[in-house]
Amino acid sequence: MSNLQFLWFILVGVLFSGFFFLEGFDFGVGMSIKSLAQTRDERDVVIHTIGPHWDANEVWLITAGGAMFASFPMWYASLFSGFYLILLLILVALIMRGVSFEFRSRMESEAGRNFWEWAAAIGSGCAAFLFGMMFTALVKGMPIDANGDMTAHFTDYVNLFTLVGGVAVTLLCYLHGLNFVRLKTTGTLRERALKWAKPLYWVLFAGEVVFAILLYFNTDFFQKKPVSTLIIVALLVVLTALATYGVYGNHEWLSFISSGLSLIDVVVLLFNGLFPRVMVANNPANSILIKNASNSPYTLHLMTVISLTVLPIMLIYFIWSYWVFYKRLAS
Amino acid sequence: MYLGLSILSLARFQFAMTTVFHFFFVPLSIGLALLVAIMETVYVVKKDVMYKHMAQFWGRIFLLSFAVGVVTGIIQEFQFGMNWSDYSRFMGDIFGAPLAIEALVAFFMESTFIGLWMFGWDRFSARLHCAFIWLTSIGTMISAMWILAANSFMQNPVGFILNAKTGRAEMTDFGAVVSNPQLWYELPHVLFGAFVTGSFVVAGMAAFGLLKKKNVTFFRKSLKVSLIVGLIATIGVVGMGDLQTRYLINEQPMKFAATEGLYEDSGSPASWAVIEGIDAKNHKAKWSVEIPYVLDILSYHKLEGNVKGQNTINKELHAKYDKKFGKDMNYYVPAKTLFWSFRVMAFSGGLFALIAIIGLIFNRASSTLIERQRWFLWVLGICTFLPFVANTAGWFITELGRYPWVVYGLLTIADAVSPNVSVASLLTSNIIYFCLFSGLGIVMIVLSKRVLHHGPDDLLNAADDAPYDPYGKGAFSHE
Repeated sequence: MSNLQFLWFILVGVLFSGFFFLEGFDFGVGMSIKSLAQTRDERDVVIHTIGPHWDANEVWLITAGGAMFASFPMWYASLFSGFYLILLLILVALIMRGVSFEFRSRMESEAGRNFWEWAAAIGSGCAAFLFGMMFTALVKGMPIDANGDMTAHFTDYVNLFTLVGGVAVTLLCYLHGLNFVRLKTTGTLRERALKWAKPLYWVLFAGEVVFAILLYFNTDFFQKKPVSTLIIVALLVVLTALATYGVYGNHEWLSFISSGLSLIDVVVLLFNGLFPRVMVANNPANSILIKNASNSPYTLHLMTVISLTVLPIMLIYFIWSYWVFYKRLAS
Repeated sequence: MYLGLSILSLARFQFAMTTVFHFFFVPLSIGLALLVAIMETVYVVKKDVMYKHMAQFWGRIFLLSFAVGVVTGIIQEFQFGMNWSDYSRFMGDIFGAPLAIEALVAFFMESTFIGLWMFGWDRFSARLHCAFIWLTSIGTMISAMWILAANSFMQNPVGFILNAKTGRAEMTDFGAVVSNPQLWYELPHVLFGAFVTGSFVVAGMAAFGLLKKKNVTFFRKSLKVSLIVGLIATIGVVGMGDLQTRYLINEQPMKFAATEGLYEDSGSPASWAVIEGIDAKNHKAKWSVEIPYVLDILSYHKLEGNVKGQNTINKELHAKYDKKFGKDMNYYVPAKTLFWSFRVMAFSGGLFALIAIIGLIFNRASSTLIERQRWFLWVLGICTFLPFVANTAGWFITELGRYPWVVYGLLTIADAVSPNVSVASLLTSNIIYFCLFSGLGIVMIVLSKRVLHHGPDDLLNAADDAPYDPYGKGAFSHE
C-alpha cells in the first residue's frame, strides 16, 4: 500500500465523516418535521433551520461518492453494484426528501403541505436507516467473488446486526437533529427538543451496548484490532455521555458537537475496522484490499493536488454560509 | 434472460431514461440561473425595482428546476457503480477524476451560493446578493464543463494508455483529457443550448402571462430580456453545432453519416437529404428529397467534396477493429433515430431564431403589437416545451451515435454492464424510476403553472415591504 493510497482511504473517510456530521442533523431535522414540530409555524421554523444549508450538506455525499470513484474504482464498483437494492431505496428517499422542501413551499392546501412534510420526514428517516444498514452489512462480510462482484441475498442485507446498525444511526441522526434545533430556535421548540432528547439518550446508550456486542460476534474487528476498536467504541460511549451531560445541564453547543462527533466516531470505527480492506468478503481471500482497489499513482497524485487546493477555498465559503445564518429562529 | 429482457437492455433503457429526465432540468437550471443573474444585474445597475421582482419571480421557477435537477443528478452518480460496474472498473482512472472535481469545485459552489441567494435578499447589499446568483450560475456552467469532460473522453479517448496487465484504461495526461477537442466543441454547444432552454421557457411563460392581460409591463420586460438572450444563444448554439458537426466527419464519421441518412458515398458535389425513407435493415435509402450542394456546405463549407456513406464506413471500421473485437460486431448506429433527431434539432434552432426576431420586433417599446398578436403569444407559449425536445434529440445523436461502444473504440456497451445485478433488480429500479419521474414531472409542470397563475402580484404589491425572510431582521430574537 502506497502513501497515496493510504491518504485517499483517509480522505474518503473524511468526506463520509463530513457527510454524516452535516447531513446527520439534516436527517434529524427532517424527521423532526413530523414529530417534534406540531404546528404549521413550528414546521416552518424547523425546515428553515436547514433551509440554506441542506443542499450543500448533501454535496458531501456526492463528493464522497465521486472521490471513491476517483481513488478506488474497484471499491466504488463493487459497493454500488453489490448494495443495489439498498442504494435504490436510498436514492428514492433522498429524492423525495430533496424536492420536498421546495415543493412544500409552493403548496396551497393543507393536504399538499402534509404530503411533502411526510416525504421529508420519511425520506430523511429512511435514508439514515438505510445508510446505517448498508455500512453495517459492509463490515459484516458479504458474498463477494474473486472478481469483486457481490451477489447478496436478502438475509445478507437484513439481519439483526444490520437492523440494529440502521436503528442506531437513525437515532444518532435524530438526536443530532434535536441538538441542532436546540441551537437554532427559541421558545417551545427549543424546550421540547431538550425534553425529548433526555429519555432518547438512554435508549441510545442501550442501543450502543447492543451494537457493540453484535459487533463482537459479527465482525472480526475485535479479533484483528482489539485495542483500536475498543478505544473507538469507548470513545463513542464517552461522546454520548458528554452529549447526555449537555442535555441535562442544558449546554447546547456541547450536545451538538458531541452528537456530531459520535457520528464521526462511527465512521472512524468503520474505516478502522475495514483497514487494510475496502470491502469485507465472507471468504477472506476475496476481500478487496486498498492496495488492489485504487487508481494509478498518476491519478491519485493529480486528485491529491486538486483536492488539497480546492478544499480549503471551498471550506471557507461553506463555513462562511453557516456563520451568516447563525441566528436563532422564532416561531 | 427473463421476460425476454436482458440486463444490458434494461441498463441501457435506464441510462436513457434517467439521463433524459435529468437533462430536462440541467439546461433549464443553467439557463434560468443566467437569466436571473442578468435580471438582477440590471436591477443593480439601473436601480429599477421591476428587475428585482423579475429575478425573484423567475427565480421561483429556477429553484423548482434546481431541486429536481439535484436529486436526479444523484441517480446519475450512483448509476455508474450500480448498473455499469465493469465500466467503472475499466474507466475509473479517468472518469472518476472529473466527477469528483465537479462535486468539489462546482456542486459546493452552486449549492452554497444558491442557499445564500435564496435566504439572503435582506441580509446583503444588492451588489453582494447579485454576486451570489452569478456564482451559482458560474457553478452550474463549471459543473457542465467537468461532466462533459468525462463524456468527451467516452466520445474521443485521449491522454491515456491501456494497461496490458490490468486491462484498464489509465490516465497519462490530464491536460490532454481537459483539452480534448471534443469537449471544447461540445461544451459551448451544450451551454448555448441551455441558455436557449432557459430563455424560451421564460419567454413562453411570459407569453402565457401576457395572454391573461395582467402585469403587462412585467411580462413584456421579461419577454424582452429572454428573447434577447434567446436570440444570441440560438445563434451560438447553431454556430457551435456547425463546428461540432464538421469535427464529427473525421472523428466519428458513422455518427455523422447516419445523421445525414447517407448510406453510399455521396460523390462530389454532395446533395443533402431534407427527408428520407430509411431502410435500416438493408442499409439503404428508399427515397429522399434532396437539395444539391447543401451537404458539402454543411460538411466542408464548400461546394464540392465527397462525404463517406455508412456502408463504406462500416467496412473501414471492420478493417480497423476486427482484430480486437471480432467480425461479429455491428457498427451501424440507430440510423432512423439519428436522422430524425438531427432534423428536429436543426429545425428547432431555425424556429427559435425566427421567433426571437419576430418577438423582439413585436415587443418594441413603442408598439403594443405583442399584446394584440395573440396567435404569436400562443406560438411562444408552445415553444416553452420545444427546447426540451431539441436537447433530447441532441443527446440521442451524441450517445446513440457512439454505438456499439461505451468508450469509443475501447470498450463495448455489452462489456460495461454490471455482471452481478439481476434482471429483477433492474426491472424494479426501472419501474420505480419511471413512476417517480412521471410524478416529479407532473408536479413540476403543475407548480410552474401555479407560479405563473399567481403571477408576480405578491412581489409587486409588497414593493415596500421586504419579502418574508426567516433570517431577516426582526424575524428572530437575539440572545
